[in-house]
Amino acid sequence: MTQTAYRENNMKRETAGIRIEDLYLSFGRTKVLAGIDMEIEPGEFFAFLGPSGSGKSTLLRAIAGFGPRPKGRILIGDREVVDLPPWKRNVGMVFQSYALWPHMSVRDNVAFGLQERRLPKREIDTKVEAALELVGLLDLAERMPSQLSGGQQQRVALARTIAIEPQVLLLDEPLSNLDAALRVQMRRELLSLQRKLQLTTIFVTHDQEEANTTADRMAVLDGGVIQQVGPPQELYDHPANAFVAGFLGTANILDGQLQEDAFLTKGGHRLPITRALPEAKRIVLRPQNIALTDQPAEGLIRGRIRHREFLGSQIRYLVETADGTIIVDRLHEPDGLDYPAGSDVSLRVDSRNAPLLP
Amino acid sequence: MSATNSASSRALRFTLFPRLSGAAVVGILIAILLMAFLVLPVAQVIYVAFLDARSGTLTLQNFQDFFNTTLFQQSFINSFYVSAMSVVVATIIALPLAYITTRFNFAGTALIQSLGFIPLIMPPFVGAVAMSLLFGRNGTVNLLLNQYFGFRIPFMEGLNGVILVQSIHYFPFILINLSAALRNIDRSMEEAAQNLGASGLRLFRRIVFPLAMPGYLAGAALVFIKVFDDLGTPLLLNVNTMLAPQAYLRITGVGINDPMGYVISFILVAFSVFSLWASFLFMRGKDYATTQKGGGGLSKRQLSRREKILAYLVIFLILALVLSPHFGLVLLAFGTIWSFSPLPDGFTLQHFQTVFTESTQYIYNTLLYAGSAAVLDVLIGSAIAYIVIRTGLPGRKWLDYMATAALAVPGVVLGIGYLRMFHGIQLPFGMGPMASWWGIIIIALMIRRLPYALRSCMAALQQLSLALEEAAENLGASKSRTIRRIVVPLMAGGILAGFVTSFATAAVELSATIMLVSRASEAPLAYGIYLYMQSPAGRGAGAALGILAVVIVALGTYLSHRIIERERDRTVIPASGQ
Repeated sequence: MTQTAYRENNMKRETAGIRIEDLYLSFGRTKVLAGIDMEIEPGEFFAFLGPSGSGKSTLLRAIAGFGPRPKGRILIGDREVVDLPPWKRNVGMVFQSYALWPHMSVRDNVAFGLQERRLPKREIDTKVEAALELVGLLDLAERMPSQLSGGQQQRVALARTIAIEPQVLLLDEPLSNLDAALRVQMRRELLSLQRKLQLTTIFVTHDQEEANTTADRMAVLDGGVIQQVGPPQELYDHPANAFVAGFLGTANILDGQLQEDAFLTKGGHRLPITRALPEAKRIVLRPQNIALTDQPAEGLIRGRIRHREFLGSQIRYLVETADGTIIVDRLHEPDGLDYPAGSDVSLRVDSRNAPLLP
Repeated sequence: MSATNSASSRALRFTLFPRLSGAAVVGILIAILLMAFLVLPVAQVIYVAFLDARSGTLTLQNFQDFFNTTLFQQSFINSFYVSAMSVVVATIIALPLAYITTRFNFAGTALIQSLGFIPLIMPPFVGAVAMSLLFGRNGTVNLLLNQYFGFRIPFMEGLNGVILVQSIHYFPFILINLSAALRNIDRSMEEAAQNLGASGLRLFRRIVFPLAMPGYLAGAALVFIKVFDDLGTPLLLNVNTMLAPQAYLRITGVGINDPMGYVISFILVAFSVFSLWASFLFMRGKDYATTQKGGGGLSKRQLSRREKILAYLVIFLILALVLSPHFGLVLLAFGTIWSFSPLPDGFTLQHFQTVFTESTQYIYNTLLYAGSAAVLDVLIGSAIAYIVIRTGLPGRKWLDYMATAALAVPGVVLGIGYLRMFHGIQLPFGMGPMASWWGIIIIALMIRRLPYALRSCMAALQQLSLALEEAAENLGASKSRTIRRIVVPLMAGGILAGFVTSFATAAVELSATIMLVSRASEAPLAYGIYLYMQSPAGRGAGAALGILAVVIVALGTYLSHRIIERERDRTVIPASGQ
């Protein structure tokens, strides 16, 4: 066994699942979380995704023990933690601002939690070095935080948290203070680190791409309520409601009703479907599942292009139809078909697998 | 920094050659003024400290004499001890106030923070006598203690009195700095530590305390030096074995040529410079202001019922102590005879009548001296601000440095310097020697308060976007018309605030003026209070004058506060052009 592998093994710890039951939380009179129920498996990489104000950070902080005391139950493993102070919970949290203490060196920052746990000095040194090596910053151990770049600070924050071998790892928008290129790189590093440690991890973000690329499963939050939980792809393909459909990717949501084996839109278009949802009132059409033609034909939706945007790999058209404006994305190929704004076009919709909403 | 540089180099290119004369002439005049009334007098004091009085050669003999004299040794030790203890006591007063109001949800936080500043509006020597009547051997507190419990506490015995009065007066410096430092700590700093297992005292010791330390030290250094330099309080409490009173007594008693006064002055200046430098270093090298976007201070905790009662009790005791000089002063000013009794025998308006019939010249002189000094301060202050920020004159920063250096010169030292330098100069028209001319008091006050006015003017001008002036010039206004029509109106608030601050603090200045006043008819308020307080019979009138002084300073402080707040709303300049 190599030294590094030994250290990594050494850092592993019993990781735990998280169960949240009927959780309510308010700031004064403002309700922030309203009836959260969910279960996160041990070793899972889980994301809380939602717009700002959706309660995702509040929920994460409630798990760590910050903020007002919530009503309901939070179980880490089989330990009830709602009444435990933050310092008794053994959950590691990486703050959005990193919160590195400016008066301590990198080494002292990382050693802090271990010292609080009154470990012998020898053990602290070993664990600090292992944590720093894991994030590749062992050679910067004596630096002060102000001498580090943003990416390095992020790694120190991560090392500091991992060093205490928490049962779960909480990441509060950890990538939001990094520039775009570094963000993608850190995202991958985070994921591979999580896989190595097999540590239950919750990642809060408002960026669906971050959640999609890292999370095993995610919870989409809005207005303090969980809208849907599941693997990213499943949520994209089978959104439970209009919010999830619209928040994950771009969606055209058309009103109408079921009619035998088709969905009849308000604008009078008949879209064939293979699955049926009783009481379906809306259909979700993804922009990339709609084709454009200038040849009108039976069963196609007629419309006029109001606006055209070149997005690089795609061209996006906003088409005015009897069902309102429909967004259509077509792959861009050199010398491929293209229509200027103002063109009359017909839309061929692949609606067989389109999600239906009540 | 680079923005300032490029702005000033642009200004250099466009303004230096066509418009050199105006700004340069003003700059040179100010430089001469500062040299004559600040740099040279202080330099001469330091020079004389190293001068052999008989042979006229440089020597360390004076310092040797100083440290071989028991009285001076004792004075030095006492000054040091009193300053250090004042820092300790001020900390004991300020720490609970700062901690409770910044860390807990506590009704009355705003009230406590503003009550905490009240001591600053009362010159310490004014409260000193009132404090002896409340806390002295036969004062209210000890009389009651003795009557009910059979013991006394020597609050005001000797050096204790100076320490108590000074720490009550100066603790706001620590309160302000410490509260700001505590508020500047981002909540996540504390949460991260809790998340990693720290809580309670350990959390405070390892995270909160070190992060707040630079702010605390900066405040503590200020308290130390203010106490070290102060002359009025020990004089009024009749404690003479300290450095500043010794300097005063040697110069006024033994004579202008006695080297000991100069040696003491040198020590005072050296300590001032060192403390200010240290305080500057604490704030700069370790600026731990850690608040991030949306952060905003440590999280405030709810107090339990028992903790709340305890907190209110502590705060009530502290505030009672802090406000006691004011209570005492009011009792003294309105009381008839107050001696060997917890409260005065009766109440009267007699003292105010006395003051208004026989002592109006003190009030008049104060308004004249402090008013003229403050007008000069804002004129010079805004000129320096304009030259430093908006022109490219070589050496312009030195104007700022020179004017600001006045902060490090204790009033006693400036007074001694003026006496030494100007005692031989006869003024024309039979006005007598320059050192005893009343105008020199105005100049001394002006130099002493210039740093305050300068900071206000600098801040006002810095907020003013250069583009506003460029727009005026672009539309055809000359440099001088731009200054008159754009710069001055927009700076008006800052200039006014500077005036009020300078005026209010100059009105109660004692340490420099006490050396320069030659006749009672030319004396200002502070000196009048000092004279009255010398005799038990005059205390009532002295206190009445003291109340007038407090009212003047309080009004001034309130006004400058209002002006600054109003200006902040009025002249918000968008970020463009920066």
